Amino acid sequence: MAKKHITTTINGDPTEFLCDTEQTLLDVLRDELRLTGSKEGCASGDCGACSVTLDGRLVCACLVLAAEIEGHEVTTIEGMAVGDQLHPLQQKFLDHAALQCGVCTPGFLVAAKALLDRNANPTETEVRYWLAGNLCRCTGYDKIVRAVLDTAAVMRG
Amino acid sequence: MARIVLAGNLRLYTEGVTELELESGSIRSLIRELRRRYPDIPEDIEDELAISIDGVLHQDDWFAKIGPDSEVHLLPRIAGG
Amino acid sequence: MAAAVEKIFDDTVTDRETRDKTLKWVGTRAPRPDGVDKVTGRAKFGADTYLPNMLHGKVLRSPHAHARIRSIDMSKALALPGVKAAVNRDDFPDHPEGAVQPAGEMVIDYRDMTRNIMAREKALYEGHAVAAVAAVNERVARQALSLIEVDYEILPHVIDVEEAMKPGAPLVREDLITEGVEPAPEEPSNIAKRVEFGHGDLDVGFARADVIIERSFKTQPVHQGYIEPHACLASFSEDGQAELWCSTQGHYVARGHCARLLQMDVSKLRVTCSEIGGGFGGKTVVYLEPVALALSRKACQPVKMVMTREEVFRASGPTSGASMDVRIGATKDGRITAGEAILKFQAGAFAGSPVPAAAMCAFAPYDLENVRTIGFDVLSNRPKVAAYRAPGAPLGEYAVESVVDELAKNLAIDPLEFRLKNAAKEGSDSSYGPKFGPIGCVETLETAQKHDHYLSTLKPGQGRGVASGYWFNIGGQTSATLNLCEDGSVALVVGTPDVGGSRASLAMMAAESLGIELDKVRPLIGDTSALGYNMLTGGSRVTFAGGIAVHGAAVDMINQLRERAAATWDVPIDDVEWHGGQAVAVNGYKDQEGPMGMLDIAKDMAKSGGPIVGRCSTNAQGAGPSFGCHIVDVDVDKETGKVSVARYTVIQDAGKAVHPSYVEGQYQGGAVQGIGWALNEEYIYDKNGKVENAGFLDYRVPVCSDVPMIDTVIVEVPNPTHPYGVRGVGETPLVPPLAAISNAVENALDIRFTELPMSPPRVLAAIESAG
Repeated sequence: MAKKHITTTINGDPTEFLCDTEQTLLDVLRDELRLTGSKEGCASGDCGACSVTLDGRLVCACLVLAAEIEGHEVTTIEGMAVGDQLHPLQQKFLDHAALQCGVCTPGFLVAAKALLDRNANPTETEVRYWLAGNLCRCTGYDKIVRAVLDTAAVMRG
Repeated sequence: MARIVLAGNLRLYTEGVTELELESGSIRSLIRELRRRYPDIPEDIEDELAISIDGVLHQDDWFAKIGPDSEVHLLPRIAGG
Repeated sequence: MAAAVEKIFDDTVTDRETRDKTLKWVGTRAPRPDGVDKVTGRAKFGADTYLPNMLHGKVLRSPHAHARIRSIDMSKALALPGVKAAVNRDDFPDHPEGAVQPAGEMVIDYRDMTRNIMAREKALYEGHAVAAVAAVNERVARQALSLIEVDYEILPHVIDVEEAMKPGAPLVREDLITEGVEPAPEEPSNIAKRVEFGHGDLDVGFARADVIIERSFKTQPVHQGYIEPHACLASFSEDGQAELWCSTQGHYVARGHCARLLQMDVSKLRVTCSEIGGGFGGKTVVYLEPVALALSRKACQPVKMVMTREEVFRASGPTSGASMDVRIGATKDGRITAGEAILKFQAGAFAGSPVPAAAMCAFAPYDLENVRTIGFDVLSNRPKVAAYRAPGAPLGEYAVESVVDELAKNLAIDPLEFRLKNAAKEGSDSSYGPKFGPIGCVETLETAQKHDHYLSTLKPGQGRGVASGYWFNIGGQTSATLNLCEDGSVALVVGTPDVGGSRASLAMMAAESLGIELDKVRPLIGDTSALGYNMLTGGSRVTFAGGIAVHGAAVDMINQLRERAAATWDVPIDDVEWHGGQAVAVNGYKDQEGPMGMLDIAKDMAKSGGPIVGRCSTNAQGAGPSFGCHIVDVDVDKETGKVSVARYTVIQDAGKAVHPSYVEGQYQGGAVQGIGWALNEEYIYDKNGKVENAGFLDYRVPVCSDVPMIDTVIVEVPNPTHPYGVRGVGETPLVPPLAAISNAVENALDIRFTELPMSPPRVLAAIESAG
C-alpha cells in the first residue's frame, strides 16, 4: 500500500512526511523526522513519555495516528526552548534537580507547560493530578512537583 | 595467626569447620592455604567470595594484606542493583 | 612526592563543620553538566540512534510458560522480501556448565546466559526468546516472525516458589541437584541452592526469651519499572569488528558478555553506552544485545532492536517473589535474644536469586548474639530474576522489620526505642559475620526519634510505621582519566553510565581535588575503548569507587603539574606544592617564583614535556555500608481498602553527600518504588503461566497523585576509606519501605498484613473479615 503524504506544522515549522497508515505520530516524530526527544515508554498511552501537544491539547503521541495530523499543529519538547533560552520550566527542573535519568523529563515538561498555559496558579494537588499521566521511576515526583510550583510562582511574577 | 571465619556454604567443603586459624599474608595465600587443607574447595572459589578483613570488605583483591591478628570473614560475593 | 599533595579528607578533623568549611564544591548543589541536553530532548537514549542502511530486529517469543522446542523452521521467514537475517539457538554456541566468571558484580554461568538470550532445549517462560529476524523495517520484521514455525511440546509449568519446591513439581531443569546440602540429594528438584548464615546458639537464645513471635510472609515478583525499555543498535563489519550502542548499566560488562556469547575478541567489540532511562539493576544483564550483534554479523548491516513495554514485562528480569518465615525472641525489657529466618526466593528460569544477600542482611541493623538465616534459591517458569536495588534486602528486611515491630508493640516499647536497644554499632559483629566499622545505624534511629514527623500527632484513623534498612555497597574496578587541554580546562573521562547525576558528583570531586573552578571540568562518559575496565553502575558504587578513581587521577595530574612547574622554575620538585589550583614554590624558593595555574602550565606543556594526563585505575575496596530509617504515615479508606501515604520521611547515612540534591533524589526515588511494591505492584498470572498485566495500566506503579512530598534527612557518618568520606546511597532507600508501610497499616487497622502487595482488594477483604 502506498504511503500517505502528510503536510503539517511541527514546532512552528511547516513539515511534510510520508507514513504508513499504521504508524503513530510518535513513530513518525522519531523515525521519520528524527525528533527523538519524545520517547516510547509503553506505546499504550500509560506512561506519558511521548507527551506532545496537538493544536494546543496535551496528547500521547503514541495514541495519535500520524495520518491524523494532516493540517494540524504539533509541538514537541524540541520546540520548548527558544534559541539558547530555556523555558522557565526547563531551567527550574535543572535548578530543583527534578530529573535523574532524564527519560521521562521531556514528557513531564510538555505536560507541565500545558498545565501552566491553562492554570497559572495550580495547587500542589492540581499539579499532581495533572501530571498523573506521566510516570517517573527515578525521582518519586517530589522535586518535579516543586519545580512546577516554583515555575508557576516565578511566571506569575 | 589470623582468625578465619567461613560463612555460608563453605563449611560443606571443610567437614563443618567454620572457624580456623591460619598463617597468611594476603587473600591469595589464604585461599591457597585453605585449598591445601581442604582440596575439595574449587580452584576458582575466590570468584564467588567477598572477603572482610577487619571489617573492610574486599572483592577481587588477591594481594590485600592479612595481618597476624586480623579477623577475616569469607562471605558470598556481594552484588548490587 | 605524594606528601606534597594536600590531603582532601582529613580524618583527624572530627568536627565535620570545620572539615567541610574547606570544601568548595563537594557538598554544594552545583548545576548538572548533562542537564540541558536532558531538558531539551537532545540527550540520546538507547533507541535514539539511527545509522544508514539500518535494519530492524524483532524477537519471536514463546507463548508457553514451559515447552520443549522440537524444531524451528525459519525458511519461510528468510524467503520474505526485506528479511536480511534470522537467528535461533543454532547461531549461539553452547557453554559448559559452571563456566562462571566474575563479570559485572554477579557470578555468571554462561551456560545459563546463552539459554536466556535464546532458548535451546526448552522454552522456560512465556516470553522466552526462541528466534529473531532482522528486516528492512518493523512491519516486515513482524511479518517475518509470523512465518517462523516452531514445534512446541507443551509441558506442565510452575510459578509459585512453594509449589516449585514440592516433590513432584514440574522440573525446570531435569538434572538439577541442590547445592549446599550435605549429603547431596539423590533426586533432582527445582531447588538450585541452600545457603545458611549465622552465629551463636538459637536454642539458648530462644530459651532466654520472654516473648517469641513467629510469622510467615509472602510476596509477589515486582519489576524494576524503568521507563526506558531495553534498546540497542549493533553494527558488524565484514572483518569481524563491531560497534554496539546500548542502554546499559555497564558497557564494559555488556562487552564482555557479548564477546563471549559471540566468541569474538573482547577488543574487537566497542560498546558505547547511551544515556540510560533507568536501570535499578535490571540493565546489568544483556538480552537484545548479543542477538542484535548476531543478526548484524549475518547481515553485515546495522541492526536496531528495542523491546516493547510488553516484552519488558514478559521477558526481562524482575525481582523474586518470596515465601519467608521469621521467628524472633526478646526479653521483656526489649533485648532480642535470638532471630531466625527461612527465606525461599524465586530465581526464575535459571539459578541465581538474591537469597544469599537477603539472608546475610535481613538482621543487619541488629547486634545479635544468636542468629541464623537459611535461604533457598528456587527455579520456576518465569524470566530469570535480575537485580533490583539492594537485591534481596528489601524482602528479608520486610519480614524481619515486621516481626520486630510486632515485638515492640507486644512489649509496649516504642518501635524506635526497641531498635535502638538492639542496634548495630561500630565494633558489633554483623549478623553475617564481620565486625562493623564506623556506621550510621544509631544515628539514623536517633535522628528519626527527634524528627518533627515522628513527634507530630496523627490524624484520627491514621497509622504510623517505621523500619530500618541496610545495604553493604561495593567498590570494584574503576578507571578515570583527566586530560589537560591547552587552555587549562580539563576533560574528565569516566567509564560508568550516569543513572542519576554521577557526572555532576564526579566532576565536583575532580574540581575539588584539583582546586580549580567546577566549570573548567567537563565530565564525559567514554566508550569501552577509552579507558581501562570499569565495572558497571550499580551496587551503589559510582560516587564511592568513581570518586576514588577521580581523586587518584587528580593526584596523578597534580604531581605532573608540579614537575612541570619545578622544571620551568628550575626548582627541586620537593619545594613545589599545589594549593588552590596552583603550583607554588615553598621553603627557600618561596616568593622567588610563580605561582603557576593550570593555564600557565598547559599553554607550554608541549614544550615542557608533552601532554599532561592524570590517570587512575583501581579496584576500589572498603565500601562503607549505608543504614536508613523510614517513617511513614498512612490513611486507610475502609470502604475501598485503599491505603494512601499521608507523610513520608527518609533518614539515611550518606557518609558525605557530594551533591545533596542527587542524594535526596536517591532517597525519594527508592522510597516511592517501595510504596509501589508495598501497595500495588505484582505480576498476575493466568492458569497457563502467562502474565496478564504486562503493561503500565495494570502493573500499577506509583503516579504523581499517589504520593506526598518525600522528606529527607541526610546523615553523615564519614567512610574512612574514601577521600571525601562517601558511602554509596542508591540502594538502601528501597530496603525499609515495605515494612515501614506494613507497620503503618497495622498501626492504623490493628491488622498485621503478611502478604504483599497490600492492594485494595486484599485490604478490604482483611477489614471485612476482621469484622
